[in-house]
Amino acid sequence: MIRKITLSAIAALGLAAPAFAAGDTGHIEDHAFSFEGPFGTFDQMQLQRGLKVYTEVCSACHGLRYVPLRTLGDAGGPQLPEDQVRAYAEFYEVFDPELEDFRTAKPTDHFPPSSLAEAPDLSLMAKARAGFHGPYGLGINQFVKGMGGAEYISAILQGYTGEEKEEAGTIFYENTAFPGGWIAMAPPLEDGYVEFDDEHANDLAHLAEDTAAFLMWTAEPKQNARKEAGFVSVLFLIVLSVLLYLTNKRVWAPVKRRDEDQS
Amino acid sequence: MAGIPHDHYEPKTKAETWLHKRLPIAGLLYDTLMIPTPKNLNWMWIWGIILTFCLVLQIATGIVLAMHYTPHVDFAFASIEHIMRNVNGGHMIRYVHMNGASLFFVAVYAHIFRGLYYGSYKEPREITWIIGILIFVLMMGTAFMGYVLPWGQMSFWGATVITGLFGAIPFIGEPIQTWLLGGPAVDNATLNRFFSLHYLLPFVIVGLVALHIWAFHTTGNNNPTGVEVRRASKEDAEKDTVPFFPYYVIKDVFALAVILAIFFAVVGFMPNYLGHPDNYIEANPLATPAHIVPEWYFLPFYAILRAFTSEVWVVQIASFVTGGIIDAKFFGVLAMFGAIAVMALAPWVDTSSVRSGKYRPMFKWWFWLLVIDFVILMWLGAQPAEEPYATFSLIASAYWFAYFLVILPMLGVIEKPLPQPETIEEDFDEHYPAGSESASPQASPAE
Ligand code: HEC
Ligand code: HEM
Repeated sequence: MIRKITLSAIAALGLAAPAFAAGDTGHIEDHAFSFEGPFGTFDQMQLQRGLKVYTEVCSACHGLRYVPLRTLGDAGGPQLPEDQVRAYAEFYEVFDPELEDFRTAKPTDHFPPSSLAEAPDLSLMAKARAGFHGPYGLGINQFVKGMGGAEYISAILQGYTGEEKEEAGTIFYENTAFPGGWIAMAPPLEDGYVEFDDEHANDLAHLAEDTAAFLMWTAEPKQNARKEAGFVSVLFLIVLSVLLYLTNKRVWAPVKRRDEDQS
Repeated sequence: MAGIPHDHYEPKTKAETWLHKRLPIAGLLYDTLMIPTPKNLNWMWIWGIILTFCLVLQIATGIVLAMHYTPHVDFAFASIEHIMRNVNGGHMIRYVHMNGASLFFVAVYAHIFRGLYYGSYKEPREITWIIGILIFVLMMGTAFMGYVLPWGQMSFWGATVITGLFGAIPFIGEPIQTWLLGGPAVDNATLNRFFSLHYLLPFVIVGLVALHIWAFHTTGNNNPTGVEVRRASKEDAEKDTVPFFPYYVIKDVFALAVILAIFFAVVGFMPNYLGHPDNYIEANPLATPAHIVPEWYFLPFYAILRAFTSEVWVVQIASFVTGGIIDAKFFGVLAMFGAIAVMALAPWVDTSSVRSGKYRPMFKWWFWLLVIDFVILMWLGAQPAEEPYATFSLIASAYWFAYFLVILPMLGVIEKPLPQPETIEEDFDEHYPAGSESASPQASPAE
């Protein structure tokens, strides 16, 4: 027993911990997105570029079933003008249970679900893949550097090594960010794959980051509003705390100061 | 009501007298609010109000959420997204409720350890303590069932693992599990009953909190010295106490504002930090997550549950003696519930005649070791079930039990306590000497 304890203690201090840290997840680089930190907000132009990448590339396989199309026009998001939202919606066909048939989408509809069964829905992917709470499971990277699902998605899109292998009829692509190292998604992006009207940089890194930012928005569309509410509440509570502190001091003063004339 | 002598409510107007003769509710409120409270309470006495606030907050936000939530396996996950995206302010209400549960547990753990340090559980406050433990158990049940409602991966698999524990009970385990789940596995019936109970239990807690408050209003509050308020006369009592209103109301509200500032920083800037990302993936009975990790506030007890594997000799002995009825799984379940049960025993296992840990030189060390042990268990509960974590969990669990079953009984016998103040007034005056400015810097350090 004692020997076991000492051995484990040594293992915990030196050897086991890094093994655990490295074993679980792939390699993810930190990136300073505009929406990180308490004051970070979404960059509307970046979200619009990400939307374009999503529409032209990812939507061929993936869906965004929880995202209503009309929210593309909401403040704090890509904020497309109303006519563009309507025009954008017409790009999709959705299944209408009342008609029992497909019809052109309206802004009140949601994005269609994934068309490829193996491709997961991306609505919440940026929040569902924030789980690399390093180091030692303490979540310090997430807390200090603001690392999260957006970094993960961007890393996946850039993590391909070019190696492929076939297993049981499926082709797997080596990816340094994907847990386990082999992903069934073919590299969806490359340098210059999508072009922007304003000729914004479209190398792989930029495309990946823009897409990741857009998917962070689909996962957390109310982020800007939430941070604003947080900021106002905290400010209000700090002012209130100061006032209450002074009141508290005042109320207690006679009890704490025992003058001769007090019983 | 028995207790510390103090002025009682006297109806002043005719209308008040009329009401008082028929329903003395104003008197009850008055006596509750003006209750004499030891004047030397420190900042660890704020948690009761924080807890009360949390309970109200959870009920208020929960009722709004329930208006938009759909307890059905096909719609639950989507209805949460509906709340997050379409309901006015829905995302804030949900995040407040989600993180409100965490605040609730921060407060309850601070409150419990406060009680353990200052000996608040001791005679005559045993009933207060036992009701507190009951509240704590119900809180855990409520939080566990609430976590199932969004029907994410961790909801589903957490529910599967925890209800599976009941299946470990010999002979009757499986029927009990089926009865709890409403079927052979976690499914729609489970989700429905969990929703129903998650709505009900907080109101049971409200009732228990009323009893809890009634109990310690009867015995009077404990205080950092553990010395009782003098009750021979009203004059004596008034030297040791101040009325709850306004003194402690203002102090507690100040503390609440500070804590809420931190709370809203979490809600506003990192609302998902304490949650598990897998719960943003809809429940899928066919895909088991790599690690099933409960919420942080369950981790210490989860670590104790997993610590007792079939390789541990106590487990082997128990299994041998009972002819295999107590296997490792059942032993783990017993240990987990036992870890809470030993806390309930504190009033009877602690043999020391001194109440407050302040005057117990040996106790102090063991107490702080228990706090560290609790934090370590929490960390271990989130680690994979492999070495060296398994051995650490075993040692940390053993200490948890040893503290209550060995150390507390023994300390009372071998420890030589330090001198205690005669009265609360004496302790208070030592902090705020006569003639000094209030809260002067040379006042002895607060504990
Ligand atoms: C040809 C179809 C296809 C296209 C186009 C495609 N994906 Fe995928 N994607 C997949 C498949 C299949 C998987 C599942 C891979 C697996 O689990 O091994 C996947 C998985 C993912 C994942 C989840 C990885 C994980 O951690 O499970 C993300 C994120 C993702 N894709 C993002 C994107 C983005 C962003 C785009 C657009 C730039 C895109 N995909 C384009 C087919 C596609
Ligand atoms: C919903 C949960 C709870 C609520 C709302 C609550 C509320 C309160 C309040 C308002 C007090 C007054 C003293 C103070 O402010 O600290 C108090 C005292 C006390 N509580 Fe709780 N409590 C809860 C849970 C618990 C639990 C889980 C325990 C312990 C297992 C506990 C043990 C005690 C004890 C021993 C006292 C008496 C200490 C004293 O007299 O100051 N309580 N509680």
